[in-house]
Order: sequence, then C-alpha cells, then structure tokens
Amino acid sequence: MPARIGKYTTRLDRSPSVVSFASVVSKKESEGPLGACFDVVNQDTAFGEKTWEKAESRMQETAVQKALEKGGLSAGDIDYIFAGDLLNQCISSTYGIRATGIPFFGLFGACSTMAEGLALSGLFVEGKLAERAMAATSSHFCSAERQFRFPLEYGGQRTPTSQWTVTGAGAAIVGEKGQPPYLRHVCIGTIEDMGVTDMNNMGAAMAPAAAATFSRFFEDTHTSPENYDLILTGDLGKVGSELLGKLLREKGYNLEGRHNDCGLMIYDLEHQDVGAGGSGCGCSASVLCSAILTRIREGALREVLFAATGALMSPTSVQQGESIPGIAHLVHISSQPEGGC
Amino acid sequence: MAQKKITQQAYQEMTKQASPPTRSYLTIPTAFAVGGLICVLGQALLGIYQSMGLEKDAAGTAVSVTLVFLSALFTGLKLYDKLAKYAGAGTLVPITGFANAMVSPALEFKSEGLVLGLGAKLFTIAGPVIVYGVSAAALYGVIAYLFGLY
Repeated sequence: MPARIGKYTTRLDRSPSVVSFASVVSKKESEGPLGACFDVVNQDTAFGEKTWEKAESRMQETAVQKALEKGGLSAGDIDYIFAGDLLNQCISSTYGIRATGIPFFGLFGACSTMAEGLALSGLFVEGKLAERAMAATSSHFCSAERQFRFPLEYGGQRTPTSQWTVTGAGAAIVGEKGQPPYLRHVCIGTIEDMGVTDMNNMGAAMAPAAAATFSRFFEDTHTSPENYDLILTGDLGKVGSELLGKLLREKGYNLEGRHNDCGLMIYDLEHQDVGAGGSGCGCSASVLCSAILTRIREGALREVLFAATGALMSPTSVQQGESIPGIAHLVHISSQPEGGC
Repeated sequence: MAQKKITQQAYQEMTKQASPPTRSYLTIPTAFAVGGLICVLGQALLGIYQSMGLEKDAAGTAVSVTLVFLSALFTGLKLYDKLAKYAGAGTLVPITGFANAMVSPALEFKSEGLVLGLGAKLFTIAGPVIVYGVSAAALYGVIAYLFGLY
C-alpha cells in the first residue's frame, strides 16, 4: 500500500516498475547531445501532417504506440492513460490518444505533465487501481510558438533568458514490480509564485516551485542530495537551474555535481541557438523516456529524483500583467525495488 | 536546518543577477547597420526609379512598394526571420518590418481558414501599429489645425 510519509511525500511500497517507455523527437533534438538515445526521430517537423497541432498529436500517438510495442503490449493492456500537453484544451493528447480506446485522464500541468502523469500512474498501480497505467505528453516548437508567441516567420528577437520549446514526446508504462526502473516515492508540488512576470524567463518563474518540492521531499524522507546520483529537473534551463541551486543552498541543501536539467541536456546550448535551454512538456518527457530511464534500467544510474517543472500561466494572464505561478512534481526512480538511499 | 524565507523582492534581485542581459554592444550596431543598409537599398531604388523618369513622389511610392514586395517575398521564403534574428530593430523599423508583420500571420494562420484564420489574424501584430499610427496622425492634425501650424 502507498504510505504517506511527512506532509507531502507518498512512499510506494510495492515499487511499481516502468515496464516500457518510448520517446519521439524531430530534427533539432536529434542533432543535440542525446540524439542517439531517442526511439523515433522524424526529420520532418510536420510529421507528415498539414497543421502543427496535428503534427504534435501524431508525435504523441507515435510515442504511445512505440512504448506499447517496446513492451510487447497492446492498448487493451493499459487500464488508464494520464496525458496532457501545452495546447489549449490539451488537444494534442485528446487527438493523439483518440484512437487507442484507453480510459483517459486529461492532465494540465504545463511542462510538469510528465512527472504528474508518472506520479499518478505509480499511485494507481501501487493502489491496485490499475494493473498497468501510462503517462504521456508532448510539445511542439511550432504549435507552442503560434499559441504563446509569434507566427514562425515573424522577424523578432528572443531575449537571452528565453527557452526553446522542444519538439518531442514521451510515454511511459507503469506496471507491477518486475524489472528496473522502479518508482519509489512521489511528491506532489504546490503552486509557487515569486512574482516573476516575464514570459521569456520561465526558468526563473519555475525555480521556486522546484526548490520547494525538493526541500519538502528531503525533509519528508530524511534524505539529502548526497543520497541520489542524479537530481533532474524538467526545463529550468540555465537561468532556472542557477536559481534552484541558490534557493536550495539557502535551505541548506547542496546540489552541486548532482543536478542536471533536461532543458540543458537535450540541446547543445553553445551551437544550437536555443537561448537558455529547452522547454515544454516534451523536453522532460523525451529526455526521461530515453536516456534517463535506460540508464536506470541498466544500473548506470541508481537513485534519481525526477522533478518536472511547469509554468501555469496562459497568454491571457500574462497580458493582464499576472505573475507566473510555477509547479514541480517529483518522482523518485530507482534501479532497486527497496533499500538504496 | 537553517531556513530563510526569501521575499519576492529578494528573489527578483536573484533573478536579475542570474539572467544574462541582452548584449546591446552587439545588437545595437547590427540593428544600425542592417537598418541602414535597407535604407541605402531604398535610396538606390529611388535613384533608379527617378532615372527611369518617375517624379520624386511617384518614385518614393514605387520604392515602398518594392521594399514591401521584397520583404513579403523573403518572409515567404523563410529568410526574413533569419535575418531579423540578428538585425532586430534594423529589420523591424523600416517598412519591410511592417510587411513581415502582415505576411507572417497570414502564412501562420491560413490553417484556420481564409476568414477566421488568415482574415482575422492578419492584423494581430500590425494592427496596433495602424491603430495608434492613425490615431497619432489625427491628433497631430487637430493640433496643427488649432495652432495654425499650416
């Protein structure tokens, strides 16, 4: 049974496994440092579709199908799917998953969706509400640009703090304890707002949420950063990562040498012209469901804290001058079903 | 464990320190150079049209038309935004920037149909420029009339 420890953390005593996972990306991501790790690379950013929204749906559908295929499963083997994305009304997920016939929970957690979906899948399997549950999400540079910023061909400049939306999708299937990776703890975040209003500095808006979730998790579990090989955030980018380090140092935790950010891993910041790093639901999803989960499965990484961060604003709220609330959900993923840290 | 509550104000200061500033020493000269070159092109076109026998006013109009056409063409060829990434205000301020602001939403939103997509979104970026441009011109007209500037 799942056990509540401390105020915010839930321990998954039956240690559900991530039984299969898959990632899909496009050209720019395939040219980044993790290029060889992704399952499906489509050099056509439109994924053979007429609109960017359809392209994103196709990408998410492909990730779901690939995860099923890799796990030797069919859609009928999945009891629930938790999915969401950045587009209005989460259409990438609904259209992408429409044909599967899997009972569907639509999530909106902005870029924190992968961690939110994975946490819920873990809780459902742990609580025996599902034999297998799936988490999926996606983002597409072009569909995000047209919704949140400007038309693609508009001649504008980006500020150095702005981040580049990853064109990518990831899907992970959680099932009964079997082989690594195992889900050991989940810690659901609270909405944190430190008054950042700059939509081109999302990392700064989300860093306080990540800091809050990490420090609560460390307190609840009586552990510290030294107990983990990798402390991975979703898309804080360069600015947000630096701020997270500072915020946690104030609370007495030192992440040095252990922290990395999916937004910093997926692109080569020097040569790919992506500003402060990658962002979007697909950023943490594609990095987790490729390099990270593979390394945990192989035992190259043992104890990993995965916290995807989301900025919970809309273009309307930003135009109205509202500050940007952030959230971060944490999942502790381990190569061992028990013990360890 | 020692815990300090960070205020919003303190966090804003931290954010400012962590955020790299725009490299104005690079962006401003580039904008100046590219914007200047676009104007030089306009000047050259003016000369060419005048030498072809157009009056100065008509030649000026022809220059605007040509620059707008070129900007629209390069926007369609997906080149204008690549230049603008480096040029910034250098490509934004001249008339070419206005053309780009019209053509780019037209390309982007045609997927939502000719009426509610292309038609409705055509002015999303350029609209405010027109609204406030016309308003300012009208206001100036009133002032000019009242104070007998002409």
